[in-house]
Amino acid sequence: MVIACLIALPLAALLAVRRFRFRRTTIAMLNALMGLPPVVVGLIVYIFLSRSGPFGALGLLFTPTAMIIAQVIIIVPLIASVAHQSLRELWAEYHDLLISMNVSQLQKMQTLLWDARRALLTAALAGFGRGIGEVGAIMIVGGNIDNATRVLTTAIALETGKGEFALALALGFVLIALALTVNLAIHWIGQTERDSRW
Amino acid sequence: MTDLFPLTLRAAETTRRGKRLVGPVDLTLDGQGLCVVIGPNGAGKTTLLRLMHGAARLTGGSIQWACDTKEARQHQSFVFQQPVVLRRTVEDNLIYPLRLRGVPRSEARRAARDWAQRVGLDPHLAHRASVLSGGEKQKLAIARALITKPALVFLDEPTASLDGRAMREIEGILLQAKADGTRLILSTHDMGQARRIADEVVFILGGAVHEKGPAEPFFDRPETAEAQAFLKGDIVE
Repeated sequence: MVIACLIALPLAALLAVRRFRFRRTTIAMLNALMGLPPVVVGLIVYIFLSRSGPFGALGLLFTPTAMIIAQVIIIVPLIASVAHQSLRELWAEYHDLLISMNVSQLQKMQTLLWDARRALLTAALAGFGRGIGEVGAIMIVGGNIDNATRVLTTAIALETGKGEFALALALGFVLIALALTVNLAIHWIGQTERDSRW
Repeated sequence: MTDLFPLTLRAAETTRRGKRLVGPVDLTLDGQGLCVVIGPNGAGKTTLLRLMHGAARLTGGSIQWACDTKEARQHQSFVFQQPVVLRRTVEDNLIYPLRLRGVPRSEARRAARDWAQRVGLDPHLAHRASVLSGGEKQKLAIARALITKPALVFLDEPTASLDGRAMREIEGILLQAKADGTRLILSTHDMGQARRIADEVVFILGGAVHEKGPAEPFFDRPETAEAQAFLKGDIVE
C-alpha cells in the first residue's frame, strides 16, 4: 500500500494541477483500470517475470516481490482515481489563490496533497481494502508456497479447497480483524472524525 | 521595496470565446497610495485587475512594469472577493506564503503572530480558518497578502457582502498598509468606500476606462457624462 501510495498520490496531484495533452485520456484510463481483473494482472505479471519473459533473469517469480508488484499494479489506479477526485475539488477551490501566489507546480502538488490528506487517507484505505482481500493475482505470481509466499487469502483458498472449513473460517476472521484494526488505527492516527469538517 | 511603477497598459485587452471582456485599455498608473477602480457590476473591474496582475490572459496590447514582468509578479499579491482560505489553521494560512519563499519556520511564525495581532485575529491563531466569519476570513486573506511585504496588492471588492463594522476594520488595515508604503489597487462599486479611501480613481464601464485621475476632482467634477451619471446613482451600462 505504501509503494502504491507513493506512485498514486503524486500522480493524482499531477493530474489535478497540470494540463497536458493526454490528461483526459490518462484519467479515463485510470478510472477504467480501477476495475482491472486481478487474475489478468497476475497472468501478465507472470508472463513478464517467468523465465522466458523479459524480466525472467531477475528470478522474481514466486517471490514476495512478485506479489508486491502485482498488488501495486492492481491498487495504483484505484488509489489514484479516488485521490484525484478529492484533489480536483480542492484544486478548484485553491486555483486562483495559488496562481496569484506564483506557486510552482511542485509546490501546488505538495499543498494539495497536504491539505487533502484526510481525504487521501480514504483513498489509501480503499487501496488497502482491495489489496488485503486479493487472491487471484498473488496466487499466480506467488505460487502459494508455504512459509514463503502464502498469505492469509491464499491460505483460506487452499484450506477451503482441502475441505478444512473450520481453519479457513478462522483465518477469515483473522483477516477481517486485521483489516478492521488497520482501518481503525489509520482513522485514529489521522483524526479523521475528531475535528469535524475543515 | 522594488519599484514596480509606472505600470503602463497599451491597448490591453482580453477576450474569451470571441467576446471581449476588457479593452482596449490605455492606462498608466504611478505614484503612491490607493487606486480605486470603480464601475457598475459587469463593467470589467475584476478582469482588469486580473489582467494587470497576470492572472487573466492578455489577448491584445501590452502591459509594462517598471521592472521585468516576472520580477514584478513576485512583488504582488491578490485578494479575492470571496476569500480563499487554505484548509489549515489561521497561523498556517499566514505562514504559507512565507514558507513558499523559504523563510525559516520560526521567523514565519513570529511574522504570523505579529500580523494576526495587527488584524485582530490573534485569538484565532490556532483555529481552523474555515470556522472564521466572512469578515475574519477576508482579514486573514488580506494579512496573508501583506505578510510578504509586497510592493503592490490587488484587492477585488474585498468588502463586498460584509457588514459596516467588518468593512471599517478592513479599510483601517488597508490604510495602514498604504501608510507603510504598499501600493494598493482596489475595485469596488461602493461609492461611499471609494470616497473614503481613494487617492486615485479609475472609472471603468463596458470594459473600457472612461476616466482616470485623482479622487477629489473626480468625485467633485467628473468629466465624462457616464461618470457623472454613475456618481448621481443613475443606471449606466
